[in-house]
Amino acid sequence: MKKYLPLIVLILLAVMPLAGLAGLLSSYILHMIILVIMWSVVGMAWNLLAGYCGQVSFGHAAFFGVGAYTAGILHSHLNLSPWWGIPASIVVVGLFSLLLGLIVLRLRGPFFALATLAMGEVMRISSENLDWLTGGNLGITLQRTWVDKTNYYYIILAIAVAAFLVVKYLMRSKIGYYFVAIREDQDAAESLGINTTLYKTIALCISGALTGVAGAFYTNYMGYIEPSVVFALHDISIVAIMTVMVGGVATFFGPFVGAIIMVLLAEVVRSIPYLGAAHLTFFGILLILIIIFLPNGIVGDFQKIKRIFGAGGAGK
Amino acid sequence: MESFLQTLIAGVLLGGLYALIGIGMTLIMGVMKIINLAHGDLMMVGMYIAFWMFTLFGIDPYLSVFIAAPILFFLGVLMQKFLINPVLKVDSILPENQVILTVGIGMVLANLATILFTSNYRSTPVSYSTSAWYLSDYWHSAPIELSLSVTGTVSFIFAVVITLALWFFLAKTDTGKSIRATAQDIDAALLMGVNVKRMRVVTFGLGSALVGAAGCLFIPSYYLYPSLGGQFTLIAFVITILGGLGSTIGAIFGGLILGIFESMTATYVGMGWAPVGRFLIFVAALVFLPGGIASLLKKKGVRR
Amino acid sequence: MSLLEIRNVSKRFGGLAASSDISFTIQKGEILGLIGPNGAGKTTLFNIVDGFYPPTKGQVLFKGQVISGLKPHQICKLGLARTFQVVKPLQRMSVLDNVIASAFLRAKNKAEAVEIAMETLRFTGLDEDQDVISRGLPLGKRKKLEIARALATGPELLLLDESFAGLNHSELNESIEIIKNIKARGITIMIIEHHMKVIMSISDRIVVINYGQKIAEGTPQEIRNNPLVVEAYLGE
Repeated sequence: MKKYLPLIVLILLAVMPLAGLAGLLSSYILHMIILVIMWSVVGMAWNLLAGYCGQVSFGHAAFFGVGAYTAGILHSHLNLSPWWGIPASIVVVGLFSLLLGLIVLRLRGPFFALATLAMGEVMRISSENLDWLTGGNLGITLQRTWVDKTNYYYIILAIAVAAFLVVKYLMRSKIGYYFVAIREDQDAAESLGINTTLYKTIALCISGALTGVAGAFYTNYMGYIEPSVVFALHDISIVAIMTVMVGGVATFFGPFVGAIIMVLLAEVVRSIPYLGAAHLTFFGILLILIIIFLPNGIVGDFQKIKRIFGAGGAGK
Repeated sequence: MESFLQTLIAGVLLGGLYALIGIGMTLIMGVMKIINLAHGDLMMVGMYIAFWMFTLFGIDPYLSVFIAAPILFFLGVLMQKFLINPVLKVDSILPENQVILTVGIGMVLANLATILFTSNYRSTPVSYSTSAWYLSDYWHSAPIELSLSVTGTVSFIFAVVITLALWFFLAKTDTGKSIRATAQDIDAALLMGVNVKRMRVVTFGLGSALVGAAGCLFIPSYYLYPSLGGQFTLIAFVITILGGLGSTIGAIFGGLILGIFESMTATYVGMGWAPVGRFLIFVAALVFLPGGIASLLKKKGVRR
Repeated sequence: MSLLEIRNVSKRFGGLAASSDISFTIQKGEILGLIGPNGAGKTTLFNIVDGFYPPTKGQVLFKGQVISGLKPHQICKLGLARTFQVVKPLQRMSVLDNVIASAFLRAKNKAEAVEIAMETLRFTGLDEDQDVISRGLPLGKRKKLEIARALATGPELLLLDESFAGLNHSELNESIEIIKNIKARGITIMIIEHHMKVIMSISDRIVVINYGQKIAEGTPQEIRNNPLVVEAYLGE
């Protein structure tokens, strides 16, 4: 049963928009689901770099934003369909990650984290100031391809499935073993013949490219981007971290669980009058609670959760 | 030439304040081996204390140093005791959990400030906010005209005095010596009977108090808004890298260098690019001077 | 040609000399014991040989090729593996996965890596613990895991840093047996050890260092009778 679970979930996800045709699924709920899937992709990307390879990034907004602007600039400057941004962002953000890696991968642990954070901020400020390229603070507006959300849903679902398969394949191969070895002990890994610099760079590039694709999708889906949104520290970089921390670090399904919770939480908080501005407080408190009580996330600490709730429950 | 010297002066004055922020972070990093990403947000809290003291009671921001520093000390102690310390004991896959925790704390502080005080820009319009001392007033035949803003200069002097007081505390008092011992070698400190746990709490309080004081020194000449913390956290971090991790003297030099560099960037490149300049310095320090300024000082010391 | 040649190697940390002008060679097939009082610079020498520290002066040659200046992973690829005195297991990976991760160095695919790893675990007597998460292992087995992991990289020269420290009597005998079997496979070994009886019985030759300098070299018999060595150990 457990073996087929992903397949069943996938089939359900594939036929879900049919419910929309039957009037059971509002456009608003479909929008939420699209956001959840998009955040799952970003979460999987962050998880690959941080959860598996141990390189905690505080600046995934840099990748997301560069991906988003790749699509936007292709449209605004070259008059191409912004959908070209999705394949293009793999190349652009991949190269960007490579360059970034040359600088930041010299650092270990928290210093790497801070360097990526600084990088995300630099990208935001650069995009605010490079008016000729990015349109500055005005951002880039484009005509969305479809009014209906169903096609967007299938596209992001396809991206997510592809990302999932990539991560799953990598983690079963030599690269996956090397990533985890680097996370557990970089010196030991190096002494075992693992080129730690090379494999950290690989992790960064794949993670960056996946995040960039999500960013390019965002441009297409929202039809509008601006620096303070796509390069946002809290609403992108930190939410990427939280998606995985809440869901489960170094688990395959953690990013999905985390994305569901994060999108729902953000939506619930925003919909409560007067509390809309407080969503970061709730995020922050959730982050603090998770780190203190469930440091490996909901999926990672599932046994712990079951113990706590199962003790008095009927299941035991 | 004139504008260059003027820019240099502004840079040094700014650098003195930066040094104070950097010292707070480097102290915490040295003793606890963690980066406090809520550092800038603590400064923001200090600034709001000074702002409200001024607005409600007309207390001069410089006097608020003596109010904000103790409050921030207490806040830092609480954070360390009830949030960070428990996490140090929890086993997790990512050792960076403590750092992520401080991000969470910073988010809550910044967001609460927005809710409570709105995201409006605030300032303390002190009577002397725009006054300055001019070189020509004192030396009538001066070939060039230079000025020292009153707020910048007084803040700088305050920063120097606080730094000296801190140096005295670390060098001469028992608690200060214990903190230094903990930073150098935890095991040795434990063997010598230092209460490492308490030193951690004290250090976190001290680092917070320093950055809170820096906030009071900043507010006479800067605008205050809830989300300014992030950028100052980055500044503190860049200074720490530039100065050498855990090195107080390094942080002073790092602060001055960064202050001068930012002042130059603002004059000769453009205001908006200062953060990019910061990052360039940061990268240059990492590539060319991995141990920071502290490593240079050490080398010289050995040769002597 | 000797398998490893250490040629006038010096290493300074700031003003401190951790190694000064050390030279000796290791011949193919032998076990060379490296001994010296605590803090003599033995582990530093290992770190220089396997590339963690570049030497301040001098060179290290492996199979006639200069390797000082290469990264540890490059040196490992050339056929030189080491263990750490303070064991560094990949904590959250199983014992088997630890060894698979290092077996990938010479394996063409995962199946081959698993095969090498299983064989290595049987060889080192860890096959019953293959599914244990390695941080849960007792010290004796962690020390064995260090050896197994190094072996799985297919080395010609193995550097063992205090692989016997903290072992009980039966573990000690097992480990000595493993080392003899490694030698029988034609793998050359350089070993740091404090346990005098063990080192004297298994080494073909011994190098003694004290205060970062080589003070003696010879067969166990010669070393036992060397007045300098006796002084280094008993002098203070």
